Amino acid sequence: MSRLTDANVVIAKEIIGRYPRPKSALVPLLHLSQEQNGYITREAMVHLGELVGVTSAEVYGTATFYEMFRFEPVGKYLINMCGTMSCALMGAAELMHHAEHKLGIKAGGTTADGMFTLAHAECQAACTEAPTLQVNYRYRFRVTPTDFDNLVDDLRAGKLADEIPAHGVLAKVRQRIPADKGVGAVAPEDVTEGPAWLDGKPAL
Amino acid sequence: MSSYPHAPGFVAGDRPKVVTSRFEYTDSFTIERYLATDGYAAIRKALSKPAADVHEEVKGATVLGRGGAGFPAGTKWGLTPQQVWPRYLVVNGDESEPGTYKDRLLMERDPHQLIEGCLIACYAAGLSQCFLYIRGEMALAQERVATALNEAYAAGYVGKNILGSKFSVDIVLHWGAGAYVVGEETALIESLEGNRGMPRLKPPFFPAANGLYGQPTIVNNVETLANLPWLIRNGVEAYTAIGTKTSPGTRMVAVSGHVKRPGVYEIINGTTTFRDLLYGEEFCGGIRNGNKLKAFVPGGGSAPWFTPDQLDLPFEASQVGPAGSMLGSGAIMVMDETTDIPAAALTLTHFYAHESCGKCTPCREGGTWLERILTRVVNGTGTDADLQQLIEVGTSICPGDFPHASNDALGLSAVPFPYKMTTICFVGPSAYAPIHSALTLFRSEFEARVTKRITIPVTAVGATS
Ligand SMILES: Cc1cc2nc3c(=O)[nH]c(=O)nc-3n(C[C@H](O)[C@H](O)[C@H](O)COP(=O)(O)O)c2cc1C
Ligand code: SF4
Ligand code: FES
Repeated sequence: MSRLTDANVVIAKEIIGRYPRPKSALVPLLHLSQEQNGYITREAMVHLGELVGVTSAEVYGTATFYEMFRFEPVGKYLINMCGTMSCALMGAAELMHHAEHKLGIKAGGTTADGMFTLAHAECQAACTEAPTLQVNYRYRFRVTPTDFDNLVDDLRAGKLADEIPAHGVLAKVRQRIPADKGVGAVAPEDVTEGPAWLDGKPAL
Repeated sequence: MSSYPHAPGFVAGDRPKVVTSRFEYTDSFTIERYLATDGYAAIRKALSKPAADVHEEVKGATVLGRGGAGFPAGTKWGLTPQQVWPRYLVVNGDESEPGTYKDRLLMERDPHQLIEGCLIACYAAGLSQCFLYIRGEMALAQERVATALNEAYAAGYVGKNILGSKFSVDIVLHWGAGAYVVGEETALIESLEGNRGMPRLKPPFFPAANGLYGQPTIVNNVETLANLPWLIRNGVEAYTAIGTKTSPGTRMVAVSGHVKRPGVYEIINGTTTFRDLLYGEEFCGGIRNGNKLKAFVPGGGSAPWFTPDQLDLPFEASQVGPAGSMLGSGAIMVMDETTDIPAAALTLTHFYAHESCGKCTPCREGGTWLERILTRVVNGTGTDADLQQLIEVGTSICPGDFPHASNDALGLSAVPFPYKMTTICFVGPSAYAPIHSALTLFRSEFEARVTKRITIPVTAVGATS
């Protein structure tokens, strides 16, 4: 059951329809599939290939380029610890050491109960708030060892379930383009003339 | 943990706020707040003029690209070939350069401002579809922009016949999945076509002529586009009245590392100096614990480093380039006297080696070598030959003189930016930049780490052949 569900196929087709070429939808569809299963399965890649009209090998080729796609299950919470310069200057290595100790695993590992995967990460575009981490891509700033302990305890106790969804879920809001409002995507070869508003006159 | 000494995006004083004017509101990201604060007035004004006039205004204001290269937006739009349709706009919201933190704030805090900027660009340059590419790891930015787009579509600001005019454009939210190099514009286009995000060779793939699906494509940074609503509302004169002639307007700059008050500041372009920013009371307020400044990276992880000798340089590309570095993406990383310089350089070299897409050998192999050799040195198991090897590997990525800052104490005079390179994009050279700076400016710290010293004259550093 790791092909996309019927409900997700509807979403997938809506996404594909926004691009002049179906293959452009591949990365967003891989996210949809990871949202459904927590990671990317072989069957999912075959299915996505069918949906956008490329081979599953091409899907695999694209998917493996990107760091966020996982091909094996990870913990419910993926903790990405930033270790790039600004965070390193503010104690990221020490924080990682503490995290490994607290969770009883090495970076890259998953706890036996399947709750946490701990990972090294690169700059998270929050450098002024160093050291930073992300749990399933939700930020925590200026993290102290005590903050880290509290975070793990809260996650275990289910206290942050509203804020932090399971691994694979990114934005909780999807773009929707109402049929009567959208212009619609056109394949480039079907466009023969310039935009109507470029006629030298005001558009309004 | 979330107790900020100040909110990120903190703007002190009463300097002009071009792109951060709504940051003071807790509901800055809603369409209600946007409409209550001049929102969508600029697109209405733009649509009441011929598209070519709007394009002229953007040209006249010299809106420098804020993504790294600093190329004026209006000029870039003019590079698209005549009569080739369709043309696309790709918005670069992939922000991943080490130290850089501004585009995410602009997307999270004021998504409608960005949307309006996209509309203005599409109208002025005749771009018929817009793809807004947001970095994969930015869940909140994706959520805020998706919500804003949904609101804007419903209200008729985006889509078919905007505000009842002839102007129609779709803005499609697209997001990545974790790869720094995808921020490079041709890699961004590859990624948007559903491929591995590897840069294309320029020429022939200059996006303005041959971009998305082989069509003319404008790639602009988030902050660049976020400037447009204010510019169109207030006019060219008001915009160019801020900053200098060659660097007008403001810039968002993130200052991180060992300062008292790290943060993202909207500064006046061209005149604000690094000293103002690092030591000014309305900005970072000095180095933490009253420590001494050792070095700083002036423009993102790829930029050669500066020392206190360069503090009085202003945010002006025409002065920072000749001084041996670049302004890049508006990211300053500050190192105080306690910093372990070789270890700091290693964090950056590791980053670029890790992010190499693997297309060019000097970057794929060279970056990894640099990282391995430097790791040995930092761990204390390196030899003096390793220091020479670092320079040799670096020189095969960047033949010729590599830029560095002047330094009174070392008697060095600056080698100007940029450098020659043997790679397709700047990731390869960026793996070498921190090593070259650190080794040129702080050689003794490396020598203290290695066994069996040899003496290499300082003048040979980075200047082989
Ligand atoms: C390796 C590499 C990474 C880059 N990353 C980004 C980025 O994350 N965001 C960005 O706007 N520009 C980035 N750039 C610059 C873009 O290639 C491009 O110049 C820029 O998006 C153009 O927008 P602008 O003219 O508005 O600045 C990167 C360039 C290189 C070589
Ligand atoms: S320089 Fe590095 S990242 Fe850039 S294209 Fe070459 S291999 Fe890829
Ligand atoms: S270095 Fe950690 S967020 Fe940028």
